Amino acid sequence: MAAIQSFSVWFIPILIGFILLYGTMKKVPTYETFVEGGKEGFSMAISVIPYLVGMLVAISVFRASGALDLVLGIFRPLFHLLHVPAEIVPLGLLRTISGTGALGMTSDLMATYGPDSFIGRLASTIQGSTDTTFYVLTVYFGAVGIRKMGYALKVGLLADLIGFTASIIVVSLVFS
Amino acid sequence: MVNYIWVGLMVTGFITAALNGTMDKVNEALFTSAKEAVTLSLGMISILVFWLGLMKIAEKGGLLELLAILFRPVVRLLFPDVPKNHPAQGYILSNMVANLFGLGNAATPMGIKAMEQLKLLNGGRDEASRSMITLLAINTSSITLIPTTIIAIRMSYNSATPTDIVGPTLIATAFSTVGAILIDRYYYYRSVRKEKRR
Repeated sequence: MAAIQSFSVWFIPILIGFILLYGTMKKVPTYETFVEGGKEGFSMAISVIPYLVGMLVAISVFRASGALDLVLGIFRPLFHLLHVPAEIVPLGLLRTISGTGALGMTSDLMATYGPDSFIGRLASTIQGSTDTTFYVLTVYFGAVGIRKMGYALKVGLLADLIGFTASIIVVSLVFS
Repeated sequence: MVNYIWVGLMVTGFITAALNGTMDKVNEALFTSAKEAVTLSLGMISILVFWLGLMKIAEKGGLLELLAILFRPVVRLLFPDVPKNHPAQGYILSNMVANLFGLGNAATPMGIKAMEQLKLLNGGRDEASRSMITLLAINTSSITLIPTTIIAIRMSYNSATPTDIVGPTLIATAFSTVGAILIDRYYYYRSVRKEKRR
């Protein structure tokens, strides 16, 4: 565990150091190049704003109105039939639309059921094996101004479903 | 499709609020979330500027090219539309590597750079190309070797074995990533077939 932790702490500085030394070796004007490359970051962040505002507002209206809970309520019997613990279903749904929301819910599940309980482990695995599809889609396409997404959303959501299902199956097999 | 989902989320929200009597909460959510979105976007500036600056050095020094040469077969297989020696290859790979090591905040700028290159390849249109969707699919399925954030949360709740989910997470991630790539391929070939029929 300590090894993994120190790995993450050391990895970034080592990576940065390596890039800088390699650039110096190749006679790249490092500082000027850094400034030149960094400039783009500003305009990228600015162009994401309208996309993110649109998406986050819609999602939070859906959540705050209680519609999300309603949808979850409808699906609850189905999940019960499939032996999926009902506590975990909101996380699966929230994970695709809100990264911080899902992280909050995972912490909440761990606080309630304990990190080493079945639900705690399942929440951890779901959190680690899927990503916030709506956010990734909005930011990546928003930054470069892609408006027509094609079948991207379908692919992202189906991948989340696979991650969710795989998490349940793997955690059930490994821990019980 | 995104248009319908967007309108759907809002309108169902308003209707539910009308029936539930939660309209005040919805009003509050409308404006706090808009503000949150702007804060979030502006908060990304620091990370974007920093990593894009570093990436530029890596690019000029030829590191990205080196990475692209090393893993060319993988990129060729996943992104057949990207021509050989195209700069997009280097960015795609650095995005994937950053994701693998759980460097989420480094992965995003690199992914955006890759998207930018892919957009140029696509004639600068505002339409998602096949390669863009593949890149997105790989990113949404989250290929991570070590889920650092989760391990940290587990530790903070005094887990006896905070890392025991690493194995299951890897397996589940493998499934979702491979699944994402296969689904992506399926939809691509389906759209090609539709084009032909026209």
